[in-house]
Amino acid sequence: MKEKKEKGWKEIPIGGLILEAGNATQYETGSWRTFRPVRDEDRCIHCLICWIFCPDSSILVEDGKVVGIDLTHCKGCGICARECPSRVQAIRMVEETTFEGLGTWD
Amino acid sequence: MGQIVAFTGNTAIAEAMRQINPDVCAAYPITPSTEIMQQYSSFVADGLVDTELVAVESEHSALSACIGAAAAGGRVMTATSSQGLALMWEMLYIASGTRLPIVMTVVNRALSSPLNIHGDHSDSMGARDSGWIQLYSENAQEAYDNLIQAMRIGQDMRVRLPVMVCMDGFIISHSIERMELLADSQVKNFVKEYIPHYPLLDTDHPVTYGPIDLQDYYTEHKRQQVEAMREAKGVILEVAEEFRALSGREYAFFGEYQLRDAEVAIMVLGSAGGTAQAVVDELRADGVKAGLLKLRVFRPFPWEEINQSLGHLKALAVLDRADSFGAFGGPVFHEVRAALMESSHPPKVLGHIYGLGGRDLGLEDIRRVYRELERVARGGQVNQVVDYLTVRE
Amino acid sequence: MVKFMEVRWHGRGGQGTVTAAKLFAEAMLGAGKHVQAFPEYGPERMGAPLKAYNRISDDPLTVHCQVAHPRIVAVVDSTLIGMVDVLEGVPEDGIVIVNTANPPSQVGEKIGAGMRKVFTVDATRISLETMGRAMPNTPMLGALARASGEIGLADLLVQIQKNFGKKFSQKVIDGNLRAVERAYEEVQGE
Repeated sequence: MKEKKEKGWKEIPIGGLILEAGNATQYETGSWRTFRPVRDEDRCIHCLICWIFCPDSSILVEDGKVVGIDLTHCKGCGICARECPSRVQAIRMVEETTFEGLGTWD
Repeated sequence: MGQIVAFTGNTAIAEAMRQINPDVCAAYPITPSTEIMQQYSSFVADGLVDTELVAVESEHSALSACIGAAAAGGRVMTATSSQGLALMWEMLYIASGTRLPIVMTVVNRALSSPLNIHGDHSDSMGARDSGWIQLYSENAQEAYDNLIQAMRIGQDMRVRLPVMVCMDGFIISHSIERMELLADSQVKNFVKEYIPHYPLLDTDHPVTYGPIDLQDYYTEHKRQQVEAMREAKGVILEVAEEFRALSGREYAFFGEYQLRDAEVAIMVLGSAGGTAQAVVDELRADGVKAGLLKLRVFRPFPWEEINQSLGHLKALAVLDRADSFGAFGGPVFHEVRAALMESSHPPKVLGHIYGLGGRDLGLEDIRRVYRELERVARGGQVNQVVDYLTVRE
Repeated sequence: MVKFMEVRWHGRGGQGTVTAAKLFAEAMLGAGKHVQAFPEYGPERMGAPLKAYNRISDDPLTVHCQVAHPRIVAVVDSTLIGMVDVLEGVPEDGIVIVNTANPPSQVGEKIGAGMRKVFTVDATRISLETMGRAMPNTPMLGALARASGEIGLADLLVQIQKNFGKKFSQKVIDGNLRAVERAYEEVQGE
């Protein structure tokens, strides 16, 4: 566990502003997960429906193809598995306890 | 000496706005402030200013648009009254909490119900805890001068708070009075180039405005606002000094009139100040040691300075042009009375509610208050600490 | 203590009474005075009785209460007499100026003027003859100047020319100036 020192009122920006753009990446929500999405590369047809629906931008895409899942931020909500077309079923949710460590890529 | 004109309070404000030339104005018309934006829209139509004038469908939208424009990095102004200010309520807190130095003229008007279009302070007094700086104006000249100074106070990096410039509806907004203008170039130089603070339009340096702020940091952000109000006190005096050098007109947290050796005094804000001043002149001619404190800055509340100025009195009456229903007197009264608790021998402090819905405060009403104060100063019993001054029984 | 002169105007919505108070203030400002002009605001309706006020002083004016005891009253519409108390609060040495063709003695008797001085001027007829419209407000300014002695005719004409110069054609301005001049000359006192 990281030691987190919270800043005093003299140290933070005024007005509630957040000055680092995109600092949500620093918040590692992957630790919230109880189920992990596991993608079957052979079944995936790269329709990108999971990428569209993922609320945490955790479906990693390169050149129009799904290349993996960002497990540092994936909360394990299961929307990708649910939305994956029923005739494809490339993503299934597996209990996190069956894995060792957080992992970043599948 | 500047140009001498006979202007209404509203025209004085519109003229100051023309000279300030803000980037964005968003406003919705409401009596008695309507004329300000009506006249200003003519300036926009005639190409006299560069302002983007946003016509909106409500005051809530007006202040919302102002907040967006200020966050984008613009110098932003608006005006409203009464129900219009009430409809802005939740956005008032967002403007101050987000630290956006919007400057808004509030032409004071009573709140409904019953419907009334005339001047009292119910609207801006209700907003006294919204985190805005509040400057009150005695006449058209002060409204004009306050608006120009408000720009510098709000935008100062030590402050960065929105500012309300208040003047009494109709009594000042619609009355023609002699006043002196500054030259366009003088105002332009005085208000300076506006420097935005982390503007949203600076797309090379993107920032987040308005994120959620929970138990971990909300208190710290509120503590910062308190500090900004404290800092504002120094800035208000600095700006006033610079303004005096420019115009010859003196401003501070309040105006003192015959207070130094006074035994009894009235404290009041807005247009009634000058009326009370005329009564002090009468009383002084009769040998009565009467004084007057005309409050200009209500937020930040200058309680230490008020203590210093009034602590030596025997009796003081605070006149409120708004009631705080169910409270121990009007809003100015209970803050002044609380502040005077820090004096070693605080004066007797009486509170009077007057002038609601534009009810006239005549010379004789004020004379009556001073007579009561003299009686109390001589050891007479206080009949009622808090009372209505101008009401029919 | 600041000494000032107070004027109360009586008229009806649409007759330019509020404008008359404004013009008087601007003219006096041009003559170097401190001025106030303010109407008594209510629901504004064409034909409804209304009041407007002036305060004029050599020194800065601070008071912002209503005018309770005007020394000068200008009645722009004589049909108001009997309907509203045009003498309310007017001191014994006060002056009343009425737009009417009737002589001052008759008007004074009708309103119960007592010791107060009454002046009359047929401002409506003058405005019809000089401007072709029933706009009694500008001629009333001429009558007020004469009756009060607060500003000379030449000064008043200069100020009106200056104020109107930006807004109206020379023809309109000339008509107004002629109306003011005639009212100044034709006003009758007791």
